Amino acid sequence: MSIDRQSHLKRLEDESIHIMREVAAEFRNPVMLYSIGKDSSVMLHLAMKAFYPSKPPFPLLHVDTTWKFREMIAFRDETARRLGLELITWTNADGKAQNVNPFDHGSSYYTHVMKTEALKQALTHYGFDAAFGGARRDEEKSRAKERVFSFRTETHGWDPKNQRPELWRLYNARIHKGESIRVFPLSNWTELDIWQYILAEEIPIVPLYFAAKRPVVERDGMLIMKDDDRLVLKDGESAEERLVRFRTLGCYPLTGALESDAATLPEIVREMLIARTSERSGRLIDHDESASMEKKKREGYF
Amino acid sequence: MAELAIAEKAEAFVDYLAAQERKGLLRFLTCGSVDDGKSTLIGRLLYDTKLIFEDQLAALERDSRRHGTTGEDIDLALLVDGLEAEREQGITIDVAYRFFTTDKRKFIVADTPGHEQYTRNMATGASTADVAVLLVDARHGVAVQTRRHAFIASLLGIRHAVLAVNKIDLVDFDQGRFEEIRAEFESFAKGLKFDTLVSIPLSARYGHNVLGRSDQMPWYGGPTLVEHLETVQIEDRVSAQPFRMPVQWVNRPNLNFRGFSGTIASGAVRVGDSVASAVSGRTSTVARIVTMDGDLPEAGAGDAVTLTLADEIDVSRGDLLAAAEARPDVADQFSAHLVWMSDAPLFPGRPYLLKIGAKSITASVTEIKHKIDVNSFEHLAAKELHLNEIGVVNVSLAAPVAFDPYELNRDTGAFIIIDRQTNATVGAGMIDFALRRATNIHWQALDVDKASRAALKGQKPAILWFTGLSGAGKSTVANLVEKRLHAMGRHTYVLDGDNVRHGLNRDLGFTDADRVENIRRVAEAAKLFVDAGLIVLVSFISPFRAERRMARDLVEADEFLEVFVDTPIDVCRTRDPKGLYAKADAGQIKNFTGVDSAYETPEHPEIHLDTVAATPEQMADEVIGELKARGLIEV
Repeated sequence: MSIDRQSHLKRLEDESIHIMREVAAEFRNPVMLYSIGKDSSVMLHLAMKAFYPSKPPFPLLHVDTTWKFREMIAFRDETARRLGLELITWTNADGKAQNVNPFDHGSSYYTHVMKTEALKQALTHYGFDAAFGGARRDEEKSRAKERVFSFRTETHGWDPKNQRPELWRLYNARIHKGESIRVFPLSNWTELDIWQYILAEEIPIVPLYFAAKRPVVERDGMLIMKDDDRLVLKDGESAEERLVRFRTLGCYPLTGALESDAATLPEIVREMLIARTSERSGRLIDHDESASMEKKKREGYF
Repeated sequence: MAELAIAEKAEAFVDYLAAQERKGLLRFLTCGSVDDGKSTLIGRLLYDTKLIFEDQLAALERDSRRHGTTGEDIDLALLVDGLEAEREQGITIDVAYRFFTTDKRKFIVADTPGHEQYTRNMATGASTADVAVLLVDARHGVAVQTRRHAFIASLLGIRHAVLAVNKIDLVDFDQGRFEEIRAEFESFAKGLKFDTLVSIPLSARYGHNVLGRSDQMPWYGGPTLVEHLETVQIEDRVSAQPFRMPVQWVNRPNLNFRGFSGTIASGAVRVGDSVASAVSGRTSTVARIVTMDGDLPEAGAGDAVTLTLADEIDVSRGDLLAAAEARPDVADQFSAHLVWMSDAPLFPGRPYLLKIGAKSITASVTEIKHKIDVNSFEHLAAKELHLNEIGVVNVSLAAPVAFDPYELNRDTGAFIIIDRQTNATVGAGMIDFALRRATNIHWQALDVDKASRAALKGQKPAILWFTGLSGAGKSTVANLVEKRLHAMGRHTYVLDGDNVRHGLNRDLGFTDADRVENIRRVAEAAKLFVDAGLIVLVSFISPFRAERRMARDLVEADEFLEVFVDTPIDVCRTRDPKGLYAKADAGQIKNFTGVDSAYETPEHPEIHLDTVAATPEQMADEVIGELKARGLIEV
C-alpha cells in the first residue's frame, strides 16, 4: 500500500523531501535527531525516500536521558540496523554522574539537564551545523510561528522576534561558523496526517503506541508505566495491569498512558479523531505555564 | 468528522480513512488591519471544525481571564496568538501557520499580521498561498491596509480573493452597509489581478457565515466562508507550463548511478522526453524517473523525484532542467519587483547573494527604476529601498541564470536576497522580464589584452587598496609608495578619494547610498587601469566591507591587496590635517566616518599598517616588501 499520488499526504511528503535535500546540499555536517517516536519514524521514512537509491547522507542522533522506555531503545537499535544507518547516542555525562532524575529533581530541571543540555553538548561535540527535528506546527502555539529553517546562535538560542522571513521554497541556509540551523521537515503535518501516513506507508512504530496490558501506577492524575525498578512506589500507590497505550512517547516517568483497547492502526486513528484531549497533554513538562514551551525553546530545547 | 458516528464498524472506518486521505490541500492566508478580527476568525475556524481540544480550551479560559478582551466569553484570538509578547500586546507580530480539515479539504492557513511594520510577513504568507482572505471591519469598511494587503497578495501571484466583511453583527446585519463595502472594494480591485473575488458578510466572534449559515442575514444568498474555501477551484497553472526542475542534489550512490534530485516546479516529464540543462544548453533524454516506491513512467508539478539521463552531460546543483523544446530565459540581468525586508536599506551597486531555485549567486541591484507607494500605487523616484518598501529594479548577476517570468511560474521566477555579512534574508523578488544586455551593449573584443599591455611595461598589474579612517595616513603612505615604485621604473597611478570627488564623483554626497556608488565607480576605474597594465594605488576611506569585497571581486585574486591603514580614531582626531573632525564633532559635517557613520574594520587585509608604531617611510618599505614577496615586482 502507498499513498494516493494526488492526495494532500503526497504534497506533504514532497515538501518534506524537498526540505531534506536542501539541507543535505547546503550544509557541511547535518544530523537527524531521532527520538524514536511516531514523528521520528515518519521523518526517517521520508529521509530514506528523499535520497533513494543513496542512503541519507547524515547520521541519526538520539539524546538518551537513560529514562526512555526499554521498548523504545530496542526499537531504536533495530531500526538503525534494519536501515543500515549510523546511530549516535549521547547522554549528559555530568547529569548522569549526579544522578539527575525526574523523581528527585523535578521534571523541569531534569528535562533541562538531560535533554536540553545534553542536546547542546552533542551538537557542539560533533560540530553539527544543521539538525533535523520532527516537531510539527500544530503541536503547540509557539511552534506555529517557527520557521522550517530555524536559526540558532552559537549558544543554540532561539530568538522568536528575529526570525528570517521564509518565502516560497527558497530556504536561506547561510550561517556563520559556530552557528547552526534546526530544520523541521514535518512543520506542516498534523497529528492526523502522521497517523494516516504511517497507515498508508506501513511504517514500523514502537509497540507502545498499541494497546496492551501494562503495569501502571496512578500518580498526579496520570497513568505512569512501571517500566523498571527505578520507579519507586509511594505510600498508597500500587502498580496494576491495565489495558493502556501511549499517544506520545518520552521518558517513561513523565509520559502518561491512556486507557484504550485500540490495538491496530485504524483503531488508533479512530480513537484520536474522537479524542478530546490534545497530544502534548500527556507530557508533564508542558503543563507549568502556557508559555513554557516558548521559554524552553529560547533556551535551546527542540 | 460528522460521519464518525456512522463509521462505527472497523471496515466502514477504514473506508472513511481512505476518503480522508484523498482530500485535496488548499493553502490560504488571512490578512487585515489590527482589530479586524483575524485571530478570532482563525480561532473560530479551529473551534467550529473541532480542532480545539479540551485541555487547550481550559488553557484558553485561563488566558481569557488574564489577557482577554471579550469579558466573560472565551477570547478565540488567544488561541492563535502564540508568542508571549503578542499575548501581552494584543497584536499578532509574526506569521503563524494553522491547520484544519473538513470532509472535503485539508487547509493550511497563514495568519499574517496587519500591523504596518510587519508587512514583510504578509509577503511571506502570500508566497505559498492560493487564496487570500482579506478581513475588514464592517463598521470601518475598506481601510488603507486592506488595499495594501490586496495589492501585495496580487503582486505575489494570488489569483483568488475573499473579502470577509467581519463584525457584521455590530452593524445590525445591515445589507446596505455590506453592499457599500463590497462595491468599494470591487471597484478598487479591478486594477489587481484576481480571477475570482467573493465578498462574504460574517461574524467571526459569533460564527455567522463562517462554517454554518447565519439565520440573521436572509438577504445573503452566497456561500459561507468554509463552503467557498472548500469549493474554490484553483486552476492548475503550473501543470500547464513547460517542464522545469531545479536540480537540488546530485544523487551518486555508486559509479553506476548518477541521478538528479529535485522538485518539479512546473509541467510534466515522461521517460524518453528530451530535456535541456538550461544555462549550458546541453540536452539529453530522460532515462528513468526514480523513487523509492518504484520507477515512474511520468511525474508532474510538485513531485519530488530523481531523474537519470541517457547521456553523461554536465549537470550540478543549481542548474535548471527544462523541456528541450520550451526553454526558460537565460540572462545575467533582469527587471523585477522587489520587496525589501531589512532594517538596513537596499543600496544599488552593493553586492548581495541571490538565491533562485537551488542556485545561489552574487548579484547587485543596478538601478531602482521606481518604488511603489502601496497606499496610492504611485510610482516614486528612489535611491534606496527601505524596510517594507516595494520597488521595480534592475538586477545584475555575476553569471547568467535560467528563469521564467514570475507571472508564468512562481517557482522559477522568484528569488530571495541574502546579505553577505549578516546572512539575513533581506529581500524577496519576482522577476518580470530578462534584460538582454547583449542586444544593447556588445563586448568589444580587443586584440591587445591585459597581459600584453603589462608585458610591454615589464610588470604585473595590481590594485593596492588603502582603507582607513579620515586622517589615518592613507594618502601619505600611498604617495610614498608611488614615489618608490616610480623610481624603480614601474608604471603607476593613484586614485585618491578627495581628488576623484572633484571630478568623476562630483555628483555624489556622503549618504550611505552615495558612498556605495562612490566606491563602485572607483573600483570600476581601478579595474580599467589594471586592464591597462598599471599598478593602481587607491586611497579611499571605503568604510563598508561589502564594497571593498566588491572591488576585490572585480579583478583576479592575486591582483588585489587590501592595505589597512590602522590608526585609532583618537589619533586621527588629534592629527585632523584638514580640520574635518572638529567640524564633524560640531555637527557641521553629517555622515562623517567614525563620528556618525560606521567604519567596518577589515577582517583579513593583505597588509596591516600600524601607524602609531611606524613612520610613513617604514610603512612604505613594508608595502614594497610585500609586493616583492608576492612576486608583483621582481627583487
